Amino acid sequence: MNQELLPNLFRSEYQKIVSVLCNLFGIHHIEIAEDIVSDTFLTASETWAIKGIPENPTAWLYTVAKNKTKNYFKRNDVFEKKIVTEIKYNSTLSNPEIEIDMSDKNITDSQLAMLFTVCNPSNSDEAQIALALNLLCGFGISEIADAFLSNKEVIYKRINRAKEKLKEENIKIQNPNPTEIKERIDTVLKTIYLLYSEGYYSTSQNTTLRKDLCAEAMRLVYLLIQNQTTNLPATNALMALMCFHSSRFDARITQNGEIILYQDQDESLWNQELIDKGTYFLSQSSSGNTLSKYHLEAGIAYWHTQKKDTPEKWQHILELYNNLIILEYSPIVVLNRTYALSKVKGKQESISEAEKLNLTNNHFYYSLLGNLYSGYDNKKALQHFQTALGLAKTTSDKNVITKNIDRLCLKD
Amino acid sequence: MNEFILIFRRDFTTKENQPSPEELQQHLKQWQNWFGSLAAQDKLARPLQRWDGQGKLVSKAKGVTDGPFVEIKESIGGLIIIKAKDYDEAAEIAQGCPVLNLGGNVEIRQAL
Repeated sequence: MNQELLPNLFRSEYQKIVSVLCNLFGIHHIEIAEDIVSDTFLTASETWAIKGIPENPTAWLYTVAKNKTKNYFKRNDVFEKKIVTEIKYNSTLSNPEIEIDMSDKNITDSQLAMLFTVCNPSNSDEAQIALALNLLCGFGISEIADAFLSNKEVIYKRINRAKEKLKEENIKIQNPNPTEIKERIDTVLKTIYLLYSEGYYSTSQNTTLRKDLCAEAMRLVYLLIQNQTTNLPATNALMALMCFHSSRFDARITQNGEIILYQDQDESLWNQELIDKGTYFLSQSSSGNTLSKYHLEAGIAYWHTQKKDTPEKWQHILELYNNLIILEYSPIVVLNRTYALSKVKGKQESISEAEKLNLTNNHFYYSLLGNLYSGYDNKKALQHFQTALGLAKTTSDKNVITKNIDRLCLKD
Repeated sequence: MNEFILIFRRDFTTKENQPSPEELQQHLKQWQNWFGSLAAQDKLARPLQRWDGQGKLVSKAKGVTDGPFVEIKESIGGLIIIKAKDYDEAAEIAQGCPVLNLGGNVEIRQAL
């Protein structure tokens, strides 16, 4: 049997079937849905090993999942009495034979309903992300633990607590109406954005896993784009941002997982196809009059795909950073803005601006000062880099700073 | 940390005191950088709010009149609320305000 087939099918189909069944059973019986689907994949691995792979593996999985669900209905008295009355397809009440709709449309609708359920603000951001990875992306507990640089126990508890919370709050799994979409799309986009960032900025050594995380985040945004009611300017802006970032995935990290700074990247490793897609989604995002932070970040990421250092480029980037920092304060945006300022206004002005920032416990702040002072006052630059080194915690951060110090000392 | 209101005023009516389109473009950039710089220092106490340039004036004598107001040379261009330690710091911040470059002024009041 093809070694790759089953894991790939698991990744792509597990969450589809879980979504459809969850949508059918309701939030209180998520585990039953998960058990049925896990059991389906177990049956597949056993049967396929003996009888060979069926002609249409996906259809096979759907049929088996449907049968297992029906059997569950028949077997389980409690289930029948308590849940059949609650389930969605009311027409089936008069018809004892339950229909499980595995059409593309129902799969997409169910996934969308689950996405809005999982991204419920009653759970913390990290709990939402873990739950999304588990239920919507088919990630196992150990993969999630690896991505979060945490242990399985912690993640297992986090996911279970998150599920319990949704049950307590009696969150309905249903397709959100336009008013609900308006109210909740921000939370959904934020969770997907954080999920993406988890993959993109994770210090996990597992590059394949990090790429998978990013790809899953993009798949979820694409789900929103495919649906007319959630295909909003901010959704497209987020997609553009992810395309632009992902285009540099292979260029920004060495074989050993060390970060390569933007100015040192080999641009031939940038993925032009993703840049083009990002440009497309960015143009799609410009309809309407909303300007989300994703628009601004996508704009910044767009200008970064232009390798040539023109005054125009940095003027645009500074403008976008100005808007972004006015919209929402964040130390990392502050530092990036100051860097852009140095490109537009020169060292002197940006140093005096930088020294007004009160970020004295942040090693990136001292690295920035070190960079600004390099070639202007190298003695001061060295001092700042050394302060940064003292504050940095991870090995990859320390390596970058040490490289800067070495570079500075070579010049003297 | 205290809060201060900064009110920007300049002459919007006298023709010869108005900037050219290029100067205005440049001026808007200065505002944007200045706001960006304040936000970067985490000095903004409230989100920025834009105001229209027209306005109305209410008085006993004339009732409600549409702006801009010829009798008052300087009118409000905008206002922000910032965080500052004391009047000295607030004034220092106001020194960087682009309205000064177009002959305007900044009035500062501390929130009580």
